[in-house]
Amino acid sequence: MKTVSSLTADRLTVIRGGRLVFRDISWTAESGSVLAVHGRNGAGKSTLLRCVAGLLEPASGRVHFGLPRGDEREASALVHYVGHHDAVKAALSVRETLQAWRRVLGGSAQQVDMALAKWQLLPIAELPGQYLSAGQRRRVALARLSVADRPVWLLDEPSAALDQAARAILLDNGEAHLRAGGIILAASHEPLWPQARVLDLSLQAAA
Amino acid sequence: MRAFWGLVWRDTVLAARIGGGFGLGFGFFALVIALVPLGVGPDPETLRQAAPGLLWLAAILSVLISLDRLFQADFEDGTLDILRLSPMPLELMVLAKVLAHWLTACLPLVLAGPLLCPILGLPVEAMVPTGLTLLAGTPALSLIGAIGAALSVGVRRGGLLIAAICLPLFAPTLIFGAGALKAAVDGTEMLTPLVLLAAQSLFALAIAPWAAAGALRVNMT
Repeated sequence: MKTVSSLTADRLTVIRGGRLVFRDISWTAESGSVLAVHGRNGAGKSTLLRCVAGLLEPASGRVHFGLPRGDEREASALVHYVGHHDAVKAALSVRETLQAWRRVLGGSAQQVDMALAKWQLLPIAELPGQYLSAGQRRRVALARLSVADRPVWLLDEPSAALDQAARAILLDNGEAHLRAGGIILAASHEPLWPQARVLDLSLQAAA
Repeated sequence: MRAFWGLVWRDTVLAARIGGGFGLGFGFFALVIALVPLGVGPDPETLRQAAPGLLWLAAILSVLISLDRLFQADFEDGTLDILRLSPMPLELMVLAKVLAHWLTACLPLVLAGPLLCPILGLPVEAMVPTGLTLLAGTPALSLIGAIGAALSVGVRRGGLLIAAICLPLFAPTLIFGAGALKAAVDGTEMLTPLVLLAAQSLFALAIAPWAAAGALRVNMT
């Protein structure tokens, strides 16, 4: 995986629907580190992740990826984004879903089988999306992280609907990603990776 | 390009399995055609006069009913967000979805539509021209339809809005599609309207991906 040396937000300000969500937020995450985004409901956790993914234009400020000179890749080639919605289709099996994502996101052929194994989805690989439980759907959405190598993971409430075992799988796969030099930004209400640095948006808003 | 064909494959499989594509669109088309003689009366001459226009109207309506799921379903379940993180540009993503839509909603009309000619009192010789006009004109329907679908993404029950946006824009395609077919039925030269029909599809190909991608960008922020 071609890593990025760091991920930096420089005085980010986002306005949505005429409302100031947050102002002048700056932070840096180095290669191999986790930034845990905390904050009350509506503090802008999801907005921040979407902004880093390039799905949302900030009103001012910018997001900077630490790339070697001459590397012109943009956010859309560097990040994985797992949002609130699982993007799992009722009519496609788990394997077909990941197969489609692999092609769209640009992974190699054997990565689907690896993703199924890593997220322990092999027993339900041929099951259509409509028969999956909420936790299983979540795991399929998370398995997208493994179908193509991308250095930055943006996770919005990744542990929602997951049981203890699935949560452990998430933590393990996250650790492996960090060891490989990846960066994780996780918005969550519960602590996930113990080494994470915390960015509390509630405090930022008050400041 | 692998991302492009991957998306075409995915959308085609989805449409085929859910029945929103292959079966439903053509079934709707066939039903409208089959109802025409019941409404207009069985007089072959009257039917033959109205047939080209009715055939094209039925085609437009059947394409229209499949348009509201083109982007809306993917918008609602978060798929569009992920598609925007693909290495392929949004314009190409739109084109892939339009191609899949054409394959599932329009190609069945091109292939099986001519079989319905006898119901409308058209001679067997009209079958090939019917298929030709549908082949030349339906890409314009899918492409222009994508603009309407992209503009109404995020609107609850946007299907009606799509119809309101698209139906006026379909008018030139209807005019030249029905015109070319009528020329063929009357035994006059059909090449000119047919070429103009194909030109509309090419024109739509040149602008629709950019227009639809722009509309999606605006609607998704």
